[in-house]
Amino acid sequence: MATSALSLKNIDAYYGDSHVLTDVSFELGEARMLGLLGRNGAGKSTCMSVTMGLLAPRRGEVVVFGDKVTGLSPEMVAAQGVALVPQGRRIFKSLTVRENLMVAARKPDAGSKHAPWIAETVFAMFPRLAERHKQIAAHLSGGEQQMLAIGRALMGNPRVLLMDEPSEGLAPQIVAEVMATIRKLKESGLSIVLVEQNPRLVFDVADDIVILNTGRVAVVSTPAQLDKDGVDLTQHLGVF
Amino acid sequence: MSARLIALGIAFATLVTVPYWMPGDYYINVASQILFYAIFALGLNVLVGYAGLVSLGHAGLFGIAAYATAYMLQTGYGHTAAIVVALIVGIASMAVYAVLSLRSTGIGFIMITLALGEILWGLAYRWISLTGGDNGISVRTRPEPFGFSLASPNTFYYTTLIIFLLSVAAMAVLVRSPFGASLMGTRDQPRRMNALGYHVWMIRFYACLVSGLLTAVSGILFVYYTQFISPQTLALTSSAEVLLMVISGGAGTLLGPIVGATLVVVVKTVVSGFIERWNFLLGAVFVAIVILMPEGLVPGSARLWRLAWRKLNAPAKTAATEGEP
Repeated sequence: MATSALSLKNIDAYYGDSHVLTDVSFELGEARMLGLLGRNGAGKSTCMSVTMGLLAPRRGEVVVFGDKVTGLSPEMVAAQGVALVPQGRRIFKSLTVRENLMVAARKPDAGSKHAPWIAETVFAMFPRLAERHKQIAAHLSGGEQQMLAIGRALMGNPRVLLMDEPSEGLAPQIVAEVMATIRKLKESGLSIVLVEQNPRLVFDVADDIVILNTGRVAVVSTPAQLDKDGVDLTQHLGVF
Repeated sequence: MSARLIALGIAFATLVTVPYWMPGDYYINVASQILFYAIFALGLNVLVGYAGLVSLGHAGLFGIAAYATAYMLQTGYGHTAAIVVALIVGIASMAVYAVLSLRSTGIGFIMITLALGEILWGLAYRWISLTGGDNGISVRTRPEPFGFSLASPNTFYYTTLIIFLLSVAAMAVLVRSPFGASLMGTRDQPRRMNALGYHVWMIRFYACLVSGLLTAVSGILFVYYTQFISPQTLALTSSAEVLLMVISGGAGTLLGPIVGATLVVVVKTVVSGFIERWNFLLGAVFVAIVILMPEGLVPGSARLWRLAWRKLNAPAKTAATEGEP
């Protein structure tokens, strides 16, 4: 595997007394996409929260491009170049589309190899947002809100992009559009963790697959290997 | 020319000509009161409307700036020194308020600001050597900037108007600035702002300082207007009154607090001359606003206007469609 962009090592995380993640470890290579799969409640979103510093793990460590970020506050983790597209979008509904983007704008790191993301490059990727840049974000459709959430994360010029169920609640046609965008982002060399419940979406785009089952890592593989081995995914993911 | 620009022009012309068409000095003074209370409400609106932090102790900050001015003048300092010190004291007090109260949000923030406001009221009442206790402190003169005396109602009104317009312009710039957007972001989704790399506490702290500055400015104008300050100014009812101005006008809007201040000051000063139980009237108006326009008078009126406009246009459109082959 190439240089490690993100690694979670032996993470144990709790919500109160509930043990949600047990000894979770996985690694995302630079410029690769890791598909994180699992049923509802398997711990996928908790992995994202732990990575972002929104939930402190009781054991284990999170490393971003060689720097330990465990225990750092979310703003410090974001400063390390990690951005999250949260589940349910969570855009700023009272702000306009452009304000939503501008509020997340950060300069790229000095040594960044990628062209910086600015509002115009986001608009070029999502022309529909450009058409509505003066509109209040609350008035956007679900798909447009998802595009805005992705655009907002990109405005932070991240090195690692975490996407938590970007297809959730979207019509199939919009899901296809969103997945095409994700594919473009991967091709641009961004390191991405894509959290999904639907394995079909992930298998098409991801380089590596991690499947969580009741808070533990059940499978670490690649889509091709999983196909070849004939792993019974229904055992880990239920009916799909 | 857009309708908004025309409305702004009319509002500006109306404000500038107030001394010429108002029936007497009393009403010009009422207009001055509306303006400095509007600055106070704009200051509170930074927290209530844009940061989502409801303060019930702002009268304490308003009063502390007023007391600082009066105390400095009483001890023999000039107006410039008194105003500068009052501004510094006002902002510094807000900084202390913020450090203590931003440990919490929601009900916790309300309760801490309420407690701090009550502490300041208690100090004003009991620290007699400094504040004069119940007797308060009198201010004998008003400033004369560049030889322009503020003693008459007209000159005081125009000075207050200039400061008011500067405050409104500053607020308009602030709301549309990246800081304004990030402040509203912390109100809507603080955890998301955190994850985007923002120090939410620091943004809220800066918002408190802006609010403290406007509150101090209005406190200084107040003490020069009344030429007297007593503990009553810092009481909980004063904090509730300015909160009422913000909520009734429309929190989180630029115009809302100004409309709210106009409503409360007019009912309190003008209508109270005709109706003995003006408090009842103010309460009834507030209840009506909460029921009919829970978002406040300004956004509520805008909503009703849009609704009426759509209804007026709908039959015309339908008729036009029916007429088509």
